[in-house]
Amino acid sequence: MTALYLNVISGGILIGVVYALIALGLTIIFGVMRVVNFAHGEMVVIGMYIGYGLWSAFKLPPWMLAPVAAALLFALGYALQLGIVNAFIDRPQHAQFVLFISFALMITGLHLALFGPDSWPIQTVESMQSYTIGPVRLDVLRSQAALMALLLIIVLMLFLKFSTLGRSIRAAADNLIGAQVIGIRVRKVYAVTAGIGMACAGAAGALIAPIFDTQPFLATDFTLIAFIIVIVGGLGSLTGALLGGVLIGLSEALAALMISPALKTTFSYALLVLVLLLRPNGLFGEPER
Amino acid sequence: MAAAGPLLDSFWQSLLTLVFFYAFMGLTWNLMMSAGLLSLGHGLFLGLGAYATAVFTATGGLSPWISILIGAAISAAAGSAIAWIGGRFSVRGVQFALLTIAFAELARVLFDNWDFVGSTGGFFLKAINPDTNRPLLTLRGGTLFFYLAFVLITAAAYFLIRALMASRWGYRWRGIHEDEDAARALGVPALRSKVLVVAISAGLAGVGGGLFGFLQGSLFPDSIMGLRISIEVLIAPIIGGVGSLFGPIVGAFFVVPLMEGSNVLGQRMGFYGLNTLIYGAVILGVIAFLPDGIWPRIVRFVAARRS
Repeated sequence: MTALYLNVISGGILIGVVYALIALGLTIIFGVMRVVNFAHGEMVVIGMYIGYGLWSAFKLPPWMLAPVAAALLFALGYALQLGIVNAFIDRPQHAQFVLFISFALMITGLHLALFGPDSWPIQTVESMQSYTIGPVRLDVLRSQAALMALLLIIVLMLFLKFSTLGRSIRAAADNLIGAQVIGIRVRKVYAVTAGIGMACAGAAGALIAPIFDTQPFLATDFTLIAFIIVIVGGLGSLTGALLGGVLIGLSEALAALMISPALKTTFSYALLVLVLLLRPNGLFGEPER
Repeated sequence: MAAAGPLLDSFWQSLLTLVFFYAFMGLTWNLMMSAGLLSLGHGLFLGLGAYATAVFTATGGLSPWISILIGAAISAAAGSAIAWIGGRFSVRGVQFALLTIAFAELARVLFDNWDFVGSTGGFFLKAINPDTNRPLLTLRGGTLFFYLAFVLITAAAYFLIRALMASRWGYRWRGIHEDEDAARALGVPALRSKVLVVAISAGLAGVGGGLFGFLQGSLFPDSIMGLRISIEVLIAPIIGGVGSLFGPIVGAFFVVPLMEGSNVLGQRMGFYGLNTLIYGAVILGVIAFLPDGIWPRIVRFVAARRS
């Protein structure tokens, strides 16, 4: 029995790391621009299709393709931000919301039109394999995805902490007027931020493609999971997104095991409500100024 | 518009019925919005009303009129609870919107697993016998009946909300929207105002949901309480013009035919997903170029012409 629990827990943690990558993208966008990206899940699905496409073309494992998906989605995010979203920064919230909903609709529509509604699984030799460490069996695909996600997260954190551009982004998030006063080009920073955020989503999507079958309608689930993690972990907090992701991945897995698979999201939503009420800035967020 | 009903053929009647349904729902959503409360989970109120009405009528054997009132009461209670919880814990802005999603999703998953109402398999109302049916009694009828019903409740909601907005409460809600702290400083009872506006908005939505349930004949948690319908409900008022009384109605007239039209176009061309693509693109166009919505732009245009 303990072996079952250990396996479920480890599986949950592994997928949680990938969820964390998705949430990281969302929290960066929100933390810097205060914009609610309701199309985040759709970006993840774009990444899934990229992962699937490159896998069927070149037969490389998706974890190798995550950087490609990241690059492509960075370009998309950068372009979208400069092109349209920047104009919406000062608009009321419901307008921003509808903007992203329209993106989400168009992306899903494109996916349906180009790829159809059927789900496309990736079947490789590793699909059924697992590593055995003591009493625990770790899914090979999940482990690879989690490791790659962790790598990307660490790279991102180092970038934000030590590079000039990264520090500009954090400056803009901290104090917008101050950042402009010292000469930071805010529009460019926003564009890079959007690019990074969507790149995270895309990379995560490519990593997820072998685990969940690729299809257009997964998008909403990912958007919602990302939001739950970001709120619980704290808007704009990177460690919050990472720990929140693992927490949600873990709780989903445990809820599926202990209560019922159909109700696994209930616990996450309940947690969301609790956090919104008791600690609206999240477990690791900073109090609003 | 009501008079025109019997003159149109049933295709147009059904289309317009849907238009007025979304116009009505848009009016209820807009009401909450006037106090600055963005509801991304309006499907909750719709769905609760629909399920309560259907279950009390079919399984409970109550008169549909009474069931609708019960449904509205249940939705209003849910709305009050959410508004009260949100107000008590000072949940504002985007976090409130996320709270509404959280509750809606919680409810949806619960209904998905509640066998009494059919779970994911759905809840079905018995088919009516068109010959022996008396629509005013059973609240179910043919296309013309539902058309008139929805036109009626939309008109009623319009006048009701107009009166509310002109009243003391309307000013309070708008004050809270503008600047809640300033309103509080002036003595506006913020918590009570917010609970009231959400209760009315939710209760009305419950009525719309109940009637919609009768129209559809079957209910599924995903389609009547899910994120999808919550989003569909708010697109019409935002496109038509948030904050204006006529906006949601105009918006529905624009959005619903667009939705249905792009559906048909997509099917004709064999292009799966074309409808979603067109729908999204047009919404993007409107929100980008007509930031306040369609109706305020029309109003400004007419006013400029006049002067």
